[in-house]
Amino acid sequence: MPLLEVKNLQVRVEEREILHGLSLTVNEGEVHAIMGPNGSGKSTLSHVIAGKPGYEVTGGEILFKGEDLLAMSPDERAAKGVFLAFQYPVEIPGVATMTFLRTALNAQRKARGEPELSTPDFLKKVRSVAASLNIPQEMLRRGVNVGFSGGEKKRNEVLQMALFEPSICILDEMDSGLDIDALRIAADGVNALRSQGRAMVVITHYQRLLNYIVPDYVHVMSKGRVVKSGGKDLALELEESGYAQFEDQAA
Amino acid sequence: MNVALVKPTSDRASGESFAAARSRLPGSGVVSEVREAAFAEFSKRGLPHRRVEEWKYTDLRVMLREVAPLAVNPDEAALNRAAAAVASLDVTDTCKLVLVDGSFAPHLSDVASLEAGVRLHTLREILETADNSTRADLLRTNATSDVMVALNAAMATDGVVLGVDNGVALKRPIHIVHIATQSNAASFTRSLIKIGEGAQVTLVESFVAAPDAKSYQVHDALVSWAGDGANVHHVRLVEDARDASNISTAIVTLGAKTQFNSFSLTSGSALSRYQAFVRFGGEEAVANINGVNLLKDRQHGDTTLVLDHMVPHCDSREVFRAVVDDRAHSVFQGRINVHPDAQKTDAKMMTRALLLSDEAEADNKPELEIFADDVQCGHGATTGALDDSLLFYLRARGLPEKEAQALLIQAFVGEAMESIADEQLRETAVATAARWLATRG
Ligand SMILES: Nc1ncnc2c1ncn2[C@@H]1O[C@H](COP(=O)(O)OP(=O)(O)O)[C@@H](O)[C@H]1O
Ligand SMILES: [Mg+2]
Repeated sequence: MPLLEVKNLQVRVEEREILHGLSLTVNEGEVHAIMGPNGSGKSTLSHVIAGKPGYEVTGGEILFKGEDLLAMSPDERAAKGVFLAFQYPVEIPGVATMTFLRTALNAQRKARGEPELSTPDFLKKVRSVAASLNIPQEMLRRGVNVGFSGGEKKRNEVLQMALFEPSICILDEMDSGLDIDALRIAADGVNALRSQGRAMVVITHYQRLLNYIVPDYVHVMSKGRVVKSGGKDLALELEESGYAQFEDQAA
Repeated sequence: MNVALVKPTSDRASGESFAAARSRLPGSGVVSEVREAAFAEFSKRGLPHRRVEEWKYTDLRVMLREVAPLAVNPDEAALNRAAAAVASLDVTDTCKLVLVDGSFAPHLSDVASLEAGVRLHTLREILETADNSTRADLLRTNATSDVMVALNAAMATDGVVLGVDNGVALKRPIHIVHIATQSNAASFTRSLIKIGEGAQVTLVESFVAAPDAKSYQVHDALVSWAGDGANVHHVRLVEDARDASNISTAIVTLGAKTQFNSFSLTSGSALSRYQAFVRFGGEEAVANINGVNLLKDRQHGDTTLVLDHMVPHCDSREVFRAVVDDRAHSVFQGRINVHPDAQKTDAKMMTRALLLSDEAEADNKPELEIFADDVQCGHGATTGALDDSLLFYLRARGLPEKEAQALLIQAFVGEAMESIADEQLRETAVATAARWLATRG
């Protein structure tokens, strides 16, 4: 059984159709890249998978481990192992990062019927993950993402990914706004999480990220559809010829 | 008492209760005269209603309807029930001074452990025994002509009268605990606190109900003076029964170079009004006056502040937060008066209301009245719902809806709670908010 199956997905936002029948199948352990120009619907797809309100699914379905994902609340999806690394992680003043991490991790464990993690175990886990991502303890004492640079926000997303150990990670433009060093740290963090049981969907506008996170499959999205799929070489091809060739196909 | 003063309106019951209560009110002679004048004032004006500007959003003729009969002095059974309420207070490491149904209860109070430099009397004791001018002064104030303060002067049965000597730094908070044990009865208390120059004091006020006390009314006034250089922390925790009413007034006069740090948390009472009149009487004083109202069902919570900057170089900061659920109604009125002499005043007031339901309501009325030209003053008021993008972020990380909301609400009120210097008291405030959130439907 595939891990994630998006079948002929049609999505509207405010009466306007954004996704016009999109299909995507991801198996355990695979890394898929989705590339496409701005406005092609990449974030919309990631939001619908994570359960963000405001999107109307007018056709198709999404199965996760064979279950109807669209019938689940966002928190149920998280507990089942869906993780979205946001393109723009929000700042939450007044909610300490540590409190947030612990509350979230324990909420997921509770939903799965697992016992809460003890405070020492939790601290140990956070500290080791944070150290591997170059995240200083001082950052964890601040409000969630408050005053973080773009790179710090993205690293904080990777930190959560490592902590929650999801089955599928959707990374929405993890590279946007990062310089090369910040990108490398974040990408190393992601690569460390690649495993047989875990799949990744790496959404990006640029081929650059895919030098660091090398995908098994590449899909090109244009105007709300997947217009071409292939191996990792497809990304290089795109780098040379650009998206223009696909714009016509999608129309 | 001239019974003809009693008007044939909805205030009739109040008049009757004054006539009936008169014989039970402590003090005679000049005290009775002050009471009768105060009651005449109340009788003339009646309960404040929506056409009285200061009470525009809290119409007591509609919401309180009438003043309940004066509570009787607590008997032994009542004191035992009050003792249970004292035992279940969240704040423990304080010097408790307990008022039960408007009467000081010495056996429930930590009188023996009062620290050196603190002098304690009861209002009743002074009204009954002190010389004439002292007695009458306790029931007078020129800080406000508010009619509910006049009613309080007419009816006050007891309260604590404290003096803290110059330079004394108290180790433990002084804690005035108001406990209601009687249903459908009103208590009237007035406490007066004089804090000496350079003294350091933490004052806590709790309002709670003994088990089964219902539909009672609390009418309280707190009058305090902070001497030059005093450092005063003030925390009020209103956790009255959910069908009770609490009408409280604080009248504060600040000396030069005082630090006044006040925080009020209201989660109880069907109807509550907290009005604070703060007057800067000496230069270079700093006041932080913060508060949080947590309201649900059909609760109505009103916080009304009046700050008078009389002298130059004083700073005031107000941070208020209201969380309003169901059909509850929050009111915040804040008025900063900067008088002609008060140059270099730095006054800022910020109030925010968070509406958790479509039927929840919040009224914010910040006002600045400035008669000095070299000042920095500002105010802001916002009303809104929880931010959907923050909620989604938390839910995408596994938090169920209520938990995600709770985390954001705690952050929202936390900003106003940060100012509580005493760790125990701050934790109590945070825990009270958490408890309130846990009982949301
Ligand atoms: N909340 C919204 N309201 C209206 N239009 C939206 C909204 N979100 C996205 N869109 C539109 O949907 C299209 C796809 O956007 P998006 O999914 O963000 O693309 P991408 O992530 O590929 O840049 C764009 O035309 C965008 O303007
Ligand atoms: Mg996008």
